Amino acid sequence: MRGAATFAAEFAPENMAYAAVVFATIARGRVTALDIAAATGAPGVVLVLTHENAPRLKPMPLFMTAGKAGGGDDLPILQDAEVHYNGQPIALVLAETLEQAEHAASLIEATYEIDEAVTTLEAGKARGTRTGIAFGQPAHVEIGKPEDELATAAHRFEATYTTPRHNHNAIEPHAVTLYWQDGELYMHDAVQAVNHVAWSVGSVFGLGEDKVHVTSPYVGGGFGSKVLWSHQILAAVAAREAGRPVRLSLSREGVYRTVGGRAQTEQRVALGADAQGRLQALQHTGTVIMSAHNALPEPFILSAQSSYATKSMLLDIQVATLDMLANTFMRAPGEAVGSFGLESAMDELAERLGIDPIELRIRNEPEKDPMKGLPFSSRQVVWCWRTAAERFGWDKRQAPGLRREGEWLVGLGCAMAGYPYQRMPGGAAGITLTADGRAQVSVAAHEMGMGTSTVHTQVAADRLALPMDAIEFRYGDNALPGVVLAGGSQQTASVGSAIIVATRELVKELLQLAGNASPLAGLSADEVGTTHGGLASLADPQRYESYASILSRAGRFELSVVGQAPMPGEGMHWSMHSHGAIFVEARVNAVTGEVRVPRLTGAYDCGRILNPKTATSQLRGGIIMGLGAALMEETQVDPRNGRIMNASLSEYHLPVHLDVPDIEVIFSDIPDPVSPMGARGIGEIGITGVSAAVANAVYNATGKRVRDLPITLDKLL
Amino acid sequence: MIEFTYARASDPSHALLLGAAQDARFLGGGTNLVDLMRETVERPRELVDVTGLASGIEETASGGLRIGAATRNTALAEHPLVRSRYPVLSRAVLAGASAQIRNMATVAGNLLQRTRCSYFYDEDGSRCNKRAPGQGCDALEGLNRGHAILGASDACVAVHPSDMCVALAVLDATVEIEGAEGTRQIAFADFHRLPGDTPHAETLLQPGELITAIELPPLSNEARSAYRKVRDRSSYAFALVSVAAVLRLEGGTIAEARVALGGVAHKPWRAAKAEAILIGQAPSPELFRRAADAELTQARPLRDNGFKIELAARTITAVLSDIAGDAA
Ligand SMILES: Cc1cc2nc3c(=O)[nH]c(=O)nc-3n(C[C@H](O)[C@H](O)[C@H](O)COP(=O)(O)OP(=O)(O)OC[C@H]3O[C@@H](n4cnc5c(N)ncnc54)[C@H](O)[C@@H]3O)c2cc1C
Ligand code: SF4
Repeated sequence: MRGAATFAAEFAPENMAYAAVVFATIARGRVTALDIAAATGAPGVVLVLTHENAPRLKPMPLFMTAGKAGGGDDLPILQDAEVHYNGQPIALVLAETLEQAEHAASLIEATYEIDEAVTTLEAGKARGTRTGIAFGQPAHVEIGKPEDELATAAHRFEATYTTPRHNHNAIEPHAVTLYWQDGELYMHDAVQAVNHVAWSVGSVFGLGEDKVHVTSPYVGGGFGSKVLWSHQILAAVAAREAGRPVRLSLSREGVYRTVGGRAQTEQRVALGADAQGRLQALQHTGTVIMSAHNALPEPFILSAQSSYATKSMLLDIQVATLDMLANTFMRAPGEAVGSFGLESAMDELAERLGIDPIELRIRNEPEKDPMKGLPFSSRQVVWCWRTAAERFGWDKRQAPGLRREGEWLVGLGCAMAGYPYQRMPGGAAGITLTADGRAQVSVAAHEMGMGTSTVHTQVAADRLALPMDAIEFRYGDNALPGVVLAGGSQQTASVGSAIIVATRELVKELLQLAGNASPLAGLSADEVGTTHGGLASLADPQRYESYASILSRAGRFELSVVGQAPMPGEGMHWSMHSHGAIFVEARVNAVTGEVRVPRLTGAYDCGRILNPKTATSQLRGGIIMGLGAALMEETQVDPRNGRIMNASLSEYHLPVHLDVPDIEVIFSDIPDPVSPMGARGIGEIGITGVSAAVANAVYNATGKRVRDLPITLDKLL
Repeated sequence: MIEFTYARASDPSHALLLGAAQDARFLGGGTNLVDLMRETVERPRELVDVTGLASGIEETASGGLRIGAATRNTALAEHPLVRSRYPVLSRAVLAGASAQIRNMATVAGNLLQRTRCSYFYDEDGSRCNKRAPGQGCDALEGLNRGHAILGASDACVAVHPSDMCVALAVLDATVEIEGAEGTRQIAFADFHRLPGDTPHAETLLQPGELITAIELPPLSNEARSAYRKVRDRSSYAFALVSVAAVLRLEGGTIAEARVALGGVAHKPWRAAKAEAILIGQAPSPELFRRAADAELTQARPLRDNGFKIELAARTITAVLSDIAGDAA
């Protein structure tokens, strides 16, 4: 750690001006007057931009509406007086210093005409819901006769679980430093999707994506939030109008006001089981909140799609439309909160049946994907349960409310974790080999602190049979090959599969260059392998030549290839998921209701683990985020004006060090036979299952079932 | 941020001179004031840094302690005399904020830290009588899970956020103040005010007056004390409810009882009704609960904070039982 990494808000082009944003303070209505006189005259002010003087722009293309569309919403930005949510940018000030910009922004006075707004799930439901469209499909699944099966099942269990809104709190707030030159836009941006941003910003300004240059060398966490929101557009407009480079670094409050978070959910889970506990009906339905201008109904039904064998299934997401900032992707969208409902309900069913909760789940292990009917590529759920149970000491669990140590009631709980394997089209990698025996590997991928650059340096070194220090991994720049979203836990698979193809291309080209004078003469690409910084015959390793030797004999300084990853067909033939079993000890104070989690064990099957250190750290991070969701995270919105009232890290509670227990992470490390490199993605599974495991442990400690997150002490008094 | 000047006071009279200017404010560690300046809730034009003023902790003639106003919270909590004679104070300080903030925060600044009511902080989007007298109180019918159950008014339902002050209340401290007219002492219990119709007037301190020290009277060697804070996470969160208590038993009955609550009122709340019930009685959990309930009959819950009443009663009972130990 040297503190030398340059983040987006640390680039300092000459003559740069600083931006500050003014946010609307009403939920719905319009700006009737905007007094900018004082701001315009304030010291250092370069420009005040409002809907009255901003140039005409197209809205951001909404995420998932086109291949590289990345907008968090598709609302107009400073195009009219309408206010669609509390926090919407209504003005921007550019000044010589950040302090001057912020001061001038504070002088802008807005007058509003206020319309009645819908700000709560209840009010949204009362106005009528619609079926959510998730990933292009109606979020509704019906298999068999779920109502009949539920009605006639030997055992029935049904309950409603609720989860609040969550906000993104990456350690680095969203920021961009940008400038225009000869009609082209250069952005240093904190993002997890350089190509999506380039294409989408281009579309707002009517530019080809080749005219928008996005680099994102280091990102201080993204979790789904760092794609494209209004601040990048505002900064680009301001820079163009002022003819100067601009830095716009959102304050923490600014992130809460203008970058979406996870939507609130109200989930009903109904389970019908036969006498042995085998599921006859699995119903997971409910309502999520959403704005009219975004693309993601929080898909809480994802866990239920593949977790358990069941005779019938009913899954459904209804959307209550609110006047609010667009919600968005947040680590394991769907599973993170959906697993709370489903895995709590499984625990409740197990108790009613008098079956151990692990046993109940194992009895319901599916042989093939219960929804798609596809075979699993690799499924080690039982291994996860058995391994984690033993490490954790599950046999010490007692009936609810029996174990007490002083003031503390102690309970144990468990839940299943799960996340699908994904690989999106567009993966590509470039490799440039130089005559000094070094290689540069380039992918438009992202390093957000999860270890991408380390892991892919390692992967490339392994593939090319070069030492790690001979590899330079370049990423975070849309000029590099590939369209690689750092999302859906798919980046590693996408990059890895591209590196495999690129290596193959490289081998072919090397063999051509090697020619007849080489010991490799006459061998085809299938007959050689990489070894010791060169190629050798697989049949006769004595036939070897180093890369350096091949290049120098051919008189070449370097050799470059680009490999395109094959279309991701694996997911069409196989049901591919990572799984885990997570165990929690919870302590509930009998006097105050305070909950503490001193111990947590998870066993995970995520395919092959490419780097145990970075992988474990990803899992731990996810688990800690899960603990936050379980015990304290909640965006507080005043229903009267739809305003987020805890827009700071002091009032929006995340776990502090003392809240983070001993976390033991165990990996199966069993390669997936179908995925590139045998790996399945590890970025998101960690958060899943945690809140249910905590709720189940709290129940075991106290005999009280909390079905509403977060589990704060007032719910246990 | 609005522009301001900065000056460092060399001694109390210098501080008073500088502090007499219009819109001047004393600056301690700045952990609260600077935050509020960033939010434009506080808008001083001149900052007078008083961290160079008295920061010593000395024994007084009567056997108590005199704590200089600029003493850092960490130095206070770690001082051997504080730890041995007033453990309740040391514990209360350590229960607050984080190590970094305690290293910066001063004793006077801690006394004068302002409420964490989020409507108070939200200058842009919310109404608040404390920030802008007469504007109205958005917390009254809004999100008020963290707000007051005791002594509030329709004008303001905010709580005083300090942990340290709950201990000072139970220790019967006095606040030493210097102003243009000289030095005066105020009993700690009177220093902070209830909101009434003027929630912006939080203490008896007059504009330009400087806090110079806190004095603690001696605490009997037989007295035992404790502090307990209940919050939403293990650390780095303000109290939902906190309790400081001092008990002295004499021959099986309670000879001295002092109880103060944090997180429930506009000021550190001395539980006089509870104390009255405890005196002269034999300690028992039932007695403690009865005393707690007597105090809390005056409690008025808001929409989101009704749980604080039961939580306070339980916490008082537990703290007193803990102090009484085997005697209860
Ligand atoms: C994130 C966070 C968490 C926190 N958590 C807790 C917590 O859990 N419990 C808790 O008790 N506190 C907590 N605090 C508050 C902290 O204790 C206070 O911010 C701190 O005590 C203020 O002291 P200071 O010296 O920094 O005051 P400053 O911010 O410098 O000043 C505060 C006020 O005191 C005035 N002032 C300072 N010195 C004098 C003087 N000598 N005479 C007259 N007026 C003076 C200033 O003018 C100002 O109005 C937290 C703070 C933060 C930022
Ligand atoms: S409770 Fe007090 S501080 Fe909070 S909004 Fe009301 S008046 Fe302001």
